[in-house]
Amino acid sequence: MRIDCKHVWEHISAYIDGEVDAELRAHIDKHLETCEICSAVLDSTRNVVVLVADDRVFELPVGFSKRLHERIDEMLESDSA
Amino acid sequence: VPSPSNPEFEAECIRRILAGEKHLFHELIGPCERSIYFLLFSLLGNEADAEDAAQETVIKVYQNLQRFRGESQFKTWVLSIARNEGLGRLRKLNTRREDSLDAGIDEAGGDYTPAILTSWREVPLEALEREELGKMLQAAIASLPAIYRNVVLLRDIEEMDVRETAQALGITEGAVKVRLHRARALLQRELAPKLKGFAPKRKRVFGWGS
Repeated sequence: MRIDCKHVWEHISAYIDGEVDAELRAHIDKHLETCEICSAVLDSTRNVVVLVADDRVFELPVGFSKRLHERIDEMLESDSA
Repeated sequence: VPSPSNPEFEAECIRRILAGEKHLFHELIGPCERSIYFLLFSLLGNEADAEDAAQETVIKVYQNLQRFRGESQFKTWVLSIARNEGLGRLRKLNTRREDSLDAGIDEAGGDYTPAILTSWREVPLEALEREELGKMLQAAIASLPAIYRNVVLLRDIEEMDVRETAQALGITEGAVKVRLHRARALLQRELAPKLKGFAPKRKRVFGWGS
């Protein structure tokens, strides 16, 4: 089986998550060896996934946790009243 | 701090809370806070509503605690309550139904062709020290259709597995995978051309070797 670029793109997400079967993985790996476009698409997609997952990108609003637990305390007090 | 999603800790905690040690609820909910907030933020689109809905969610979790049967992970159950809270608010506001959150949009066609590049230099995590990069990533996530944004948030940002994500969002595992794939493709297309400027400069190699 020869696979083309479009076919590789369809599986990029599953490939990154290690969810393609061994046979398909082998075909994709072989394609990647010679296709610089698909290699760059794969590397950039993986890079984007890693960057957005960093805790620095999405931070809780300042004081969120404190306010939440104060609200819980109010609720617990009124619950036992 | 208890380790996140430890089923024994959670079960013990719930048992003791229901038996009267109510203060333990603080510890039970702690590991879920971040995910609750960001799921709601991804649904509601602004900090104030997300925070308010997060507080309401936590209260509902407490009030319904005796109903948790341990059939799913505690966090998954909590997030499904958060999702219902968020969807309820969206319905009430009847604001921009930017896209139906449960419709068969997965079958709809669309262009998920990636940005075509011929080389890629990795952008290291240290680049996140630059505020503009974080802002760019946030904006890209915010611009995704909500059904894709939710999935990226739980899978890639909160690192939940496919099964938990499906349960929390009330969709199939297949839909999680399709949406995640499309979301990542859209993010790559949006971000890859812009991210190039954040990669370290290539070292000059001429004059060396051979």
